[in-house]
Amino acid sequence: MNCGVTTGLVGFAAPDANGNWDGFDVGVCRAVAAAVLGDPTAVEFVPTTGKTRFTALASGEIDLLARNTTWTFSRDVDLKFEFVGINYYDGQGFMVPKDLGVSSAKELDGATVCIQTGTTTELNLADFFRKNNISYEPVPIETNAEAQPLYLEGACDVYTTDASGLAATRAAFENPGDHVVLPEIISKEPLGPLVRHGDNDWADVSRWVLNALIAAEELGVTSANIDELMAGTDNPEINRLLGTEGNLGEMLGLEADWAANAIKVGGNYGELFEKNIGENTPIGLSRGLNAQWTDGGLLYSPPFR
Amino acid sequence: MSDTHAQTVAYVRDTMLPQQTPPASQTGVVHWMRENLFKGWFNTILTLLAVLVIYRLLSGALPWFLGGIWTTDSLAECRDILQGATGGCFSVLTERWNQLLFGFKYPPDQYWRLILAFVLLGGAAAPVLFNHLPRKMLYITMLYPFVAFWLIWGGTIIAPLMALAGFVAGYMAFKKVEYQSFAMGALAFVVAAAVAWFIGGFIANAAGGFLALEPVASRDMGGFMLNMILGVVCVSLSLPIGIVLALGRQSDMPIIKWICVLFIEFIRGVPLITLLFVANVVLAYFLPPGTSFDLIIRVIIMITAFSSAYIAEVIRGGLAALPRGQYEAADSLGLDYAQATRLIIMPQALKISIPGIVNVAVGLFKDTTLVSVISMFDLVGMIRGPILASTEWNGVYWELWGFAVFLFFIVCYSISQYSQWLERQLQTDHH
Amino acid sequence: MSSLSDPPAELFRLSQLINDTRYRSITFQFIALILLIVAMAYLGLNLVQNLTAAGLNISYGFLGEPSGYDINQTLVDYTSQSTHWRAAVVGVLNTLLVAVLGCIMATIIGVFVGVLRLSNNWLVRKLMSIYVEIFRNVPVLIWILIIFFVMTASMPGPRSFRGEDASASMVLDSIAFTSQGVFTPGVVGGFGAGLLLLVVIASIIGVVAYGRHVKKKLFDEGKVLPGWPRFVILFAPALLVYAAISVTVGASKHNLVVATDLVQPGVSLSAFSDAAIEGKFRPVYCLVEGATESATAKAAWLNTSAMDMRNPGGLKMKTEYFASQDAAKAGFDAGECNMISLPAGDATAAAAASDTPAVALSDQIRNGAPLALDQTYLGNFRFTDGITVRGSLIALWFALSIYTAAFIAENVRAGILAVSKGQTEAAASLGLRPGRIMNLVVLPQALRVIIPPLISQYLNLTKNSSLAIAVGYMDLTGTLGGITLNQTGRAIECVLLLMLFYLTISLAISALMNVYNNAVKLKER
Repeated sequence: MNCGVTTGLVGFAAPDANGNWDGFDVGVCRAVAAAVLGDPTAVEFVPTTGKTRFTALASGEIDLLARNTTWTFSRDVDLKFEFVGINYYDGQGFMVPKDLGVSSAKELDGATVCIQTGTTTELNLADFFRKNNISYEPVPIETNAEAQPLYLEGACDVYTTDASGLAATRAAFENPGDHVVLPEIISKEPLGPLVRHGDNDWADVSRWVLNALIAAEELGVTSANIDELMAGTDNPEINRLLGTEGNLGEMLGLEADWAANAIKVGGNYGELFEKNIGENTPIGLSRGLNAQWTDGGLLYSPPFR
Repeated sequence: MSDTHAQTVAYVRDTMLPQQTPPASQTGVVHWMRENLFKGWFNTILTLLAVLVIYRLLSGALPWFLGGIWTTDSLAECRDILQGATGGCFSVLTERWNQLLFGFKYPPDQYWRLILAFVLLGGAAAPVLFNHLPRKMLYITMLYPFVAFWLIWGGTIIAPLMALAGFVAGYMAFKKVEYQSFAMGALAFVVAAAVAWFIGGFIANAAGGFLALEPVASRDMGGFMLNMILGVVCVSLSLPIGIVLALGRQSDMPIIKWICVLFIEFIRGVPLITLLFVANVVLAYFLPPGTSFDLIIRVIIMITAFSSAYIAEVIRGGLAALPRGQYEAADSLGLDYAQATRLIIMPQALKISIPGIVNVAVGLFKDTTLVSVISMFDLVGMIRGPILASTEWNGVYWELWGFAVFLFFIVCYSISQYSQWLERQLQTDHH
Repeated sequence: MSSLSDPPAELFRLSQLINDTRYRSITFQFIALILLIVAMAYLGLNLVQNLTAAGLNISYGFLGEPSGYDINQTLVDYTSQSTHWRAAVVGVLNTLLVAVLGCIMATIIGVFVGVLRLSNNWLVRKLMSIYVEIFRNVPVLIWILIIFFVMTASMPGPRSFRGEDASASMVLDSIAFTSQGVFTPGVVGGFGAGLLLLVVIASIIGVVAYGRHVKKKLFDEGKVLPGWPRFVILFAPALLVYAAISVTVGASKHNLVVATDLVQPGVSLSAFSDAAIEGKFRPVYCLVEGATESATAKAAWLNTSAMDMRNPGGLKMKTEYFASQDAAKAGFDAGECNMISLPAGDATAAAAASDTPAVALSDQIRNGAPLALDQTYLGNFRFTDGITVRGSLIALWFALSIYTAAFIAENVRAGILAVSKGQTEAAASLGLRPGRIMNLVVLPQALRVIIPPLISQYLNLTKNSSLAIAVGYMDLTGTLGGITLNQTGRAIECVLLLMLFYLTISLAISALMNVYNNAVKLKER
């Protein structure tokens, strides 16, 4: 299985010193691989840029694209892709050096802004500045890695991308405390994995693996207690999810324990989040909108039945 | 005669005067400097300016280089040690040399394979580059691609061996049928090779583990090695294609001629980067549904197309430079087109074209850095991506770029010096 | 294959198609054509299948839709509401800009180095050959990136220019070298600029005519006329016109009107500047686009308040541009800005008539000459106004220039060496002086050798300018082949258009080269 990821964004998908990929998006890929093939390592990670990701998916070079991709109308309908769900509710924000003394994005009149080209951020940015009738100077950058030195050397005053990306980028700085993320979030960025139009079975598998991870958190199934729960519980929903009751796996054309395999790899959604981008990691993102609906967030998996 | 004369005429000196040393101003360092550095006020000014430039360069670079730190784990540590003194943080090179050279995904315990392949490359290239080496060494050259493939990509040695067997079978078939006509020979070659490859495929599959090295996927290639692979593979592949294109362009057959002209002019008219875009985002649409090549293969296809157009133009120049008489002589011997081309025209035309081909090769090798633009991690891609973005080495520019300049300069300069040497060799042949 | 021709059966055997030279070429061409058609059809079929499978189609309709993104360097009007086609045009112009600038600079450096490589001076010769070897043996992409990083990493950011103890300062108080690029004053042509331009053109024609006259005199009568009148013809009329306009029209004065009740009417500019800083007054200046009086008035204000502009908490000026004086005044009345310069007569009256409290300052600012400098200043974040040469343009321009110059230097050297020493000696024996030998004998012959490779170097430079994408310079690969491609997902269409553009450029340059080659071909009899 080939999975398209970023060329390197700490916390979401980045190769470590040995070339092993790790991160939140990577976790989703591995979970899908574990569910389908029973082997979480049977994934090839293909680094893609903003430019290459859609062609790579459309041409079949990759089977699943998990690269902080925003679910938009035109991508879904015009580019003929199938978003299988949302694994991170995000929004576009701004990061500025602290000594600039800026406290709101509306004060950015005349600023030089580094943007990752090929993303929705570029369009949101143009809209935001036009709406507020202030001027700016865009500096288009191909990848996050190239944006960092430019921003740090002052070649641009502001760096803008998804708030999660800003946090991840800031975490990689030598002195993260010298930079602030402005309070304004100027767009809705529901990020999710996507597949090609046409193969509905594959889309179903990917969609329900993601849902299984989310539902597992809601039902309290973790990688620690999953073996225990697999022995059978009183909760029929957990039983159906883990394949000890019903035949959901068969309907998907997979083994009965497909969801269990997926959850065992990196844990449920909450565990993945905490391990890769949560508050105890250098990236330090709070759950916010990405909490379960029972905790006031937006995560809401359809029922497993 | 002169002896007798000398004896009879008393006033003729019969011994040589001892040679006098030339005046101080006409000899040694002073004279040389006067001639070469301080001839006239204009030259003096130029010299002083040049000395100033050299001084500025050296006074900037030397303390930086000599005061360099080679043994830290991060830029912050290095700057701590330097305490504001001038010095480079070369420890980025000692810490990341493997990534710069081999990319970050090649298994480190397998580096010996790459180094061995690189050393063998020298042995394989030598007989091509230097005429006076024994011709038998060309066998090494012919074997090299298969060995190198096995070393770099790993897997069983049977696969490249079977590929080699295909070529051998093809060649033998060609020799059998060659007397009929060249075209029939070529056809026989293709058929025999195809059959051999077909059978070989089964054997290779069956004997999967025989002498197998740990397989490495194409997408795991990176660093300077990727530049080398792309450069060597594309130049070698484009040579035969370039020859065919050049012959096609010189051909009397209008359709073939125009196909070649269109191809060459199109490729030469567009920048390589657009061809890489094609490899990256367009080519996949032209492949049969369901197939997908690695990016590296697609890139090799496009770069090969690119360089073969340029090589074709160089060889066309060589063909045009041959005197008309050579063609006529071949005809008068009763040789057909294939024989004449193979035995008379091409050896001479290629010899004339070699310096041009080497120049194209150097240019192409430099152009392989462009793949970093389409998110491949070659040397430039490694520096711009994983290394400069890492927390430890955020902000090390001069050391990394200096290293890249150094590597490319060494390789390209030695090749271009070789080309100049060859040109001189070729010139003396005519005198 | 037998359907190819229908010759008499007893004469034609099938093997003739291969063995008979009369038919063989037709056979091969036929096979080649069939193979080509099959290959094309195969690729085309795959394309159609892939596109249908993905539900896509080939259409250029997207070019007419709004692009939605902004571009930093636009030589023609462009906003995010303009079409993708317009964005592509902006990209084409940016490509041509960097190509032309690069060619000019590469030629200058290349000729200079090429000549110096033949110098008698050993040190200079060696230095130049080191330059050539280093630059042509390292990929141009690396040079582009190095210069880009030098620009961004070793130049001070705009923030360093602010504050009482600013660590960086503007060169000559008007040019700023920052990590975002170089900011210089622009030239504004006001009243009489058109006349000035006409005079300069006329002067150039005059110089050429004088040159012809000198030549004719030399050839017909053997008289050598002096060279200095050329300079007189070139500069004197323009200077005269410039001075005349400056003292007549330029003599009228302007007053600065400010919308504030912080100061008494009739205070001086410097007193106002102080008051403005104390009162945390944020000057927003209404200016008239392309008017010399506006540029001059702005410069006067900047000079008075220059130090304070750099105060961290202090003044952060802003400029608003209007098409005409009336529009600017309307903007001032509407409160879009709080400073404006008005003709001296109207200023007081206008200040009194304004809805918001406004006063006219006492200093009078000269109307200005036909040409004025439009000063750049440190605005909110970055330098604004004047001419901005962005770091990406500089990196691309310089790197392409010095890289290509290394090749041009070799061409120049080869060209000069190609003129045999006998030519120089023959000319000298005719009594020509060294300068004339160069101009009349060596150069015309050397140019014949130099120019064809020179033009192909220009072509290479233009094609290499597509590496702009590595530093974010918005040329055609950045707009059409970059953002437009990404946003619309129309990869095939965009890449095709991109190739078409470069192909057109190269074919045009090749055509030019052929014309030139034919023109300078040795006229053989």
